[in-house]
Amino acid sequence: MQTAIKTESLTKTFGEFTAVNAITFEVKEGEIFGFLGANGAGKTTAIKMLIGLSRPTSGEAKVAGFDVYKEAELIKQNIGYMSQKFSLYEDLTVYQNIRFYGGIYGLKRKQIKEKSAQIIETLGLTEQAHKVVGSLPQGWKQRLAFAISGVHDPKIIFMDEPTGGVDPATRRQFWEMIYQTANNGTTIFVTTHYMDEAEYCNRISIMVDGRIDAMGTPRDLKTQFEAESMDEVFVKLVRGK
Amino acid sequence: MLKIFAAFVKKEVFHILRDTRTLIILFGMPIALVLIFGYTITNEFKGASMAVYDEAKDELSQDLIAHITASGHFELITLSENIEALDAAFKAGDAKIGLVIPAGFEQDFYKEKQTALQLITDATEPNYAATLTNYASQMIRAFQQEKGEVADMPYQIDLEMRMFYNPKLVGAYTFVPGVVALILMLICAMMTSLTIAKEKEMGTMDLLLASPLPPILIILGKVTPYSILSFLSALVVFAMGYFIFEVPILGSLPLLLGLCLLYLFVALALGVLISTKAQSQQTAMIISMFALMLPTMLLSGFIFPIESMPEILQFITKIIPAKYFIIIEKAIMLKGAGLESIWQQTLVLMLMVFVLLMAAWKNFKVIYK
Amino acid sequence: MASIQVDQISKSFGNVQAVNAVSFAVEKGELFGLIGPDGAGKTTLFKMLTSLLIPDSGEAWVEGYHTVKDFKKIRRIIGYMPGKFSLYQDLTVAENLDFFATIFGTTIQENYHLIEDIYVQIEPFRKRRAGKLSGGMKQKLALCCALIHEPKVLFLDEPTTGVDAVSRAEFWEMLGRLKEKGITILVSTPYMDEATLCERIALIQGGNILQIDTPDHITSNYGKPLYAVRSDEFYRLLNELRDQAFALRVEPFGEYLHLTTNDAVSEQDVRDFLQANAHQNIELKPVPASVEDVFLDLM
Repeated sequence: MQTAIKTESLTKTFGEFTAVNAITFEVKEGEIFGFLGANGAGKTTAIKMLIGLSRPTSGEAKVAGFDVYKEAELIKQNIGYMSQKFSLYEDLTVYQNIRFYGGIYGLKRKQIKEKSAQIIETLGLTEQAHKVVGSLPQGWKQRLAFAISGVHDPKIIFMDEPTGGVDPATRRQFWEMIYQTANNGTTIFVTTHYMDEAEYCNRISIMVDGRIDAMGTPRDLKTQFEAESMDEVFVKLVRGK
Repeated sequence: MLKIFAAFVKKEVFHILRDTRTLIILFGMPIALVLIFGYTITNEFKGASMAVYDEAKDELSQDLIAHITASGHFELITLSENIEALDAAFKAGDAKIGLVIPAGFEQDFYKEKQTALQLITDATEPNYAATLTNYASQMIRAFQQEKGEVADMPYQIDLEMRMFYNPKLVGAYTFVPGVVALILMLICAMMTSLTIAKEKEMGTMDLLLASPLPPILIILGKVTPYSILSFLSALVVFAMGYFIFEVPILGSLPLLLGLCLLYLFVALALGVLISTKAQSQQTAMIISMFALMLPTMLLSGFIFPIESMPEILQFITKIIPAKYFIIIEKAIMLKGAGLESIWQQTLVLMLMVFVLLMAAWKNFKVIYK
Repeated sequence: MASIQVDQISKSFGNVQAVNAVSFAVEKGELFGLIGPDGAGKTTLFKMLTSLLIPDSGEAWVEGYHTVKDFKKIRRIIGYMPGKFSLYQDLTVAENLDFFATIFGTTIQENYHLIEDIYVQIEPFRKRRAGKLSGGMKQKLALCCALIHEPKVLFLDEPTTGVDAVSRAEFWEMLGRLKEKGITILVSTPYMDEATLCERIALIQGGNILQIDTPDHITSNYGKPLYAVRSDEFYRLLNELRDQAFALRVEPFGEYLHLTTNDAVSEQDVRDFLQANAHQNIELKPVPASVEDVFLDLM
């Protein structure tokens, strides 16, 4: 299996403050990797470095095979991003949203057409294709946003707190879609501070104060910390210090 | 109850002091407005090019030309030989104003027969043209008085009434009252609606409503600090007008400030009314801009004279509070008028406060439907 | 007399039926949870109970006071913590608390005993502006502000949303202590795992109450065989199980799948099936239902 993301002592400091402190980890192709931490633990800063928006202070990182220092633009072309707010235009139709994002990633007209048809069919949105996104239920918006983040067939999709607050059924439909995508070889990098979301990942890292303090499969971590849930792992990890 | 009110005002003061944006609007904007109107958008001018067609060519006509050009406001660029030449000077854009002195000017003048001077302006820039003719006719009038004669001189131009009270035609005389009207409206109404909308947006309004606080206290607590501050702001503008631009206050200062307060209540009531409708700061801002700021600037007689508006607009100006307040201000400051000559406007403002407060009260939801 | 009595209460906004003929009662001193996802109608229900919103139909009483007719009396005796952080971000911790104490006609000193064990945790930051606090700190401050006037009933709308796991755990410990002081607490949450921390819960979805009972009763009444199952090829496992007639329900539950079967199959039958399909590292065990299993089943 190939490596999708690899970092080596990746560090970012702002003046005296070390936001990200020498983090080292590896994510494999097709893996669902959970990147966890409390607010302010340094998650956002770390991700900004990985997606080429922020230059590391020191350390190495390769994302989708590209160097974060020299090939930031190539990284951007090879990753997808889905934020918590879904970043869809509520007043555009389903079809227009797909076309717009396809255009942004430089897809050709023909590709956009194929891709739209494919997304609309997979999501079962045929009847809603020409309805504005704002009128869709939350769960569909979420799945559409995810599909759109992969419109240019990126190698890695970064997701920020993708399922916070949605109902249990919607959440599962969404995770099944993620499993399917990962099964097809796309790497999924999930940031969240919802620990129950973390349980769905193949492997997780937990950041505390800029460092990665724990890493492994949910099961390993639960064994290691003698905890019943990831929630408990997190509490023990933070309190144990 | 008083303690609660004090706590409320204290909180509001903290909000204001910690938000530089508010502070800038409160004090930066009035000062900026006065300076902008005072120094940039001025009605005064220097060296406007003037063409003269002097048919009379007598001593008095020479005197008149000398009198007009001596001020430096007008610069004589050409003495046309005939009316066509004058025309040409206009067409070429060389002349901004033309003066035609008829033959036998001196003779007519001294025999107290009717004299007729003609002022021609390039009306492609109407405001500028109006200013030029105003100025020129004022100088002609002065010339007339200087010559010791009170002759009847019908001009082609209608003189505006305000000229009598603004003999130097100083722009500051019209803009200071206008700026005060604008600032009170903006700060009071906009800031009030913004601050109440902010509580709704942040969800704190729900907390206040879910407490035993009487709603009237919520509103009073919110508007009191802003009314005090905007009143101070108005004082700053009056002071700047008085000391920097020498705008007089001929009438009673207490009356002026008293009516200022009345107008302030109109603005506050408007602000509260807007906030009952707006759920977010952005909406409150947009409503304030379009419903308050633009009409106050454009339809109050502040920038454009109401008399020269189309009838439909003239009709709309009747509901603009600033219109009445500007009339009041000008009457007190420039004419030295007392309440007896502005009671109508005062009454209108009082009525407005009443109606707006009732509307605001009716719309302020203690419980949402 | 119940502390909170809700009788057939409904509210709609345009075409959306936010709350649909909901009835329940909360006893004095009870810790009652409303469990449901975003958009279930929890916040609308809270606003009606805190007298901020008039119901379209139905009635409710808090401590015997009618939420519409006696709204002023209700506002004296309740503490309300809205779902969104609703304190003044530009005021400091101490200023916020002081302000809310004053508008309720009390002082921090007077009711310090109520908030003491929460307040000591945020005391070190008393001069910090509320907007600059972490999620957990904000939530503690908001709770202090809601408690400062010694309310009889506490309404907490999603107090733990967006808060890290440690703060969530601490928050529930605090609620337990408040309950001991005799305060009735109605709390809403989208986290199914928090349901077990309440004495009784109502599962709510789409404006309707699905079930009301103690968490134990709710989970023990699931009534069908439930297994946790996993193998190396998780996604294939999911799809294959879904296709089986014996599988009533297959849902991802973290690193396991929860498989609900009909009564006709045994654990061994399932295991045979998995082995027949060449799954590696199979794990299969019967598990008790969680509130989330019940919720999925009721939806």
